[in-house]
Amino acid sequence: MNHIAPGRNAGVYSYDDIDRRFVAERVEQFRAQVERRLSGELTEDEFKPLRLMNGLYLQLHAYMLRIAVPYGVLTAQQLRKLAEIGRKYDKGYGHFTTRQNLQFNWIKLEDTPAILHELAEVDMHALQTSGNCVRNVTTDQFVGAARDEVVDGRVYAEILRQWTTLHPEFTFLPRKFKIAIMGSDADRAAIRVHDVGVFAKRNERGEVGFTFYVGGGLGRSPFIGKLVRDWVPEEDFVAYLEAILRVYNQYGRRDNIYKARIKILVHELGQEKFTQEVEEEFARLRGPKYRLAPEVVDEIRRRFGGPAYETLTDEPESFQAAKAANPDFARWVAVNVLAHKVPGYAAATISLKPAGGIPGDATSEQMELIADLADAHSFGELRVSHAQNLVLAHVRQDELFTLWTALEANGLGTPNAGLIGDIIACPGLDYCALANARSIPLAQAISARFADPARQQTIGELGIKISGCINACGHHHVGAIGILGVDKKGEEFYQITVGGDPTLTTAIGDILGPAVTADETVDAIEAIVEVYLSNRHDGERFIDTLKRVGHGPFKERVYAAH
Amino acid sequence: MALSDKSRNEAVLKAITANRLRDGEVIFLAPGSGWVERLDDAALFEDSAAETALAAAKAQAEGEQFAVDVYTFDLRVVDGQRVPVKTRERIRALGPTVRIDLGKQAAA
Repeated sequence: MNHIAPGRNAGVYSYDDIDRRFVAERVEQFRAQVERRLSGELTEDEFKPLRLMNGLYLQLHAYMLRIAVPYGVLTAQQLRKLAEIGRKYDKGYGHFTTRQNLQFNWIKLEDTPAILHELAEVDMHALQTSGNCVRNVTTDQFVGAARDEVVDGRVYAEILRQWTTLHPEFTFLPRKFKIAIMGSDADRAAIRVHDVGVFAKRNERGEVGFTFYVGGGLGRSPFIGKLVRDWVPEEDFVAYLEAILRVYNQYGRRDNIYKARIKILVHELGQEKFTQEVEEEFARLRGPKYRLAPEVVDEIRRRFGGPAYETLTDEPESFQAAKAANPDFARWVAVNVLAHKVPGYAAATISLKPAGGIPGDATSEQMELIADLADAHSFGELRVSHAQNLVLAHVRQDELFTLWTALEANGLGTPNAGLIGDIIACPGLDYCALANARSIPLAQAISARFADPARQQTIGELGIKISGCINACGHHHVGAIGILGVDKKGEEFYQITVGGDPTLTTAIGDILGPAVTADETVDAIEAIVEVYLSNRHDGERFIDTLKRVGHGPFKERVYAAH
Repeated sequence: MALSDKSRNEAVLKAITANRLRDGEVIFLAPGSGWVERLDDAALFEDSAAETALAAAKAQAEGEQFAVDVYTFDLRVVDGQRVPVKTRERIRALGPTVRIDLGKQAAA
């Protein structure tokens, strides 16, 4: 056995014996199910829901295994295991997703029980990564580190993981259910486009409470989550979510897959009526059984441990000197490094978006290198961001240059976090059985066009998000520039939207005009950027300029030749 | 990946495809019986015969526990090459366009 010792990795939840026994039992259960399928005892119709409950899809070229990275946090040891699985059972790479998980694209059904067994050895699994259940709860990739953090969302995400995994009422929901939690003033988890978005905060007495947004979502019918309650005390956190899910389970549509998500229920009932139903259910539920006791919260918080920070000061001399001597390093710091809540530390984003690269892909060798760097510089802990990058959240500022040097030498030092090259893209038609068009080649072409780091920095914050079909796994609806792949009589075309915003000022982008070809799309992005740069006022982001000048100038330039 | 004007004039034929149960590999119904991994080796059908062949292939797949997700797709034969009409099926027959070192195209 190779279990993670409690407290060894700061900031990663330590499993107890119950967790381990449960995961091990699920592995053996699935092993038997696979054997029964291969022997013909189970039909494909009988087996499909069982494999989906274990994260196993059938995609274009092979089975795809989606492995859970709860709230995007994992240890260096776990990343090494993922690298090993990639090399041993896949084709030497994996794909980090917008749900902070990891997918392998070339998995064999007959290998899956062995893979799940190996994952269980490092306290990992593929549960709740598919099916009509509560999926992996996502949160801020800088959780526990960001200077602007008010509440540590990991603790509550873990509480939800424990609460939902074996919950009998939530195993067969009308449709999948996605929850995101944010505990800072800024929203880095896109909470208002989730089925439930939770904004954790503190009142004037320092007590933790939660704002609940319900009914957000992207896909065929995008909706922004509605405010259902501004303040739910910590002790009622579970009860309130239980009430929301019960209302959904009772009234959510099961007759039409396109109308089965909670966003449709909230839309059809209306915010007021939905809220009333939830409040009535909450009133019935509220009581000792559902009370989240402070000692439970404390115990879960304790099992995360915490980094043993040293007493340091910000901007140490060696850090300043390295920035002054090396402009490329200074640029990386300016773009990819975030202020840490503890003086002398910083959170560093490792971009998985090199110019012309495949967004979110990492080879087994890269994973192993990053695991080594996490051990050396970030207490053996790292995170997956919903933007498909990795984060070392607790790096000493005086070690950033050493870190960057190693990353740069291995093609992982791209300074584009949050810039135009940091494109979110779904796997698209190159891998996905649902896609209508390819996403990755377009992302590669756009990031190659805007490869110059200085130009990217000049353009500033501008998120491009690409989806290969209306299911919107690439979050195109909330891209400052969104791109949706469509099939027109067998040919790939791309519909461009502008003005999307995934933060608390959430907005769904507007369609700019008729869909264009892939080549035309790259030129269109260039044209949109040129219009922005020629119109922007000092300090304006792309979406600010767009709001001020409207769509007209952008549309005119993009479609000038049509 | 767009079809050329010439290819559009060629007759549309059908092939039957699936994924192999054990490993998910893309497979094609072979002439006679059984399954093959390469489209070049697959049986081709006129539209009128495809539905009957598909029903038989599905029954065979269910009985043998060998193939899943069995369906037909359109293709044309252009200059001796079998070219699926839809991009999706061309990608399945070859591999991802962004990783030409992977999939069936890698072994070509």
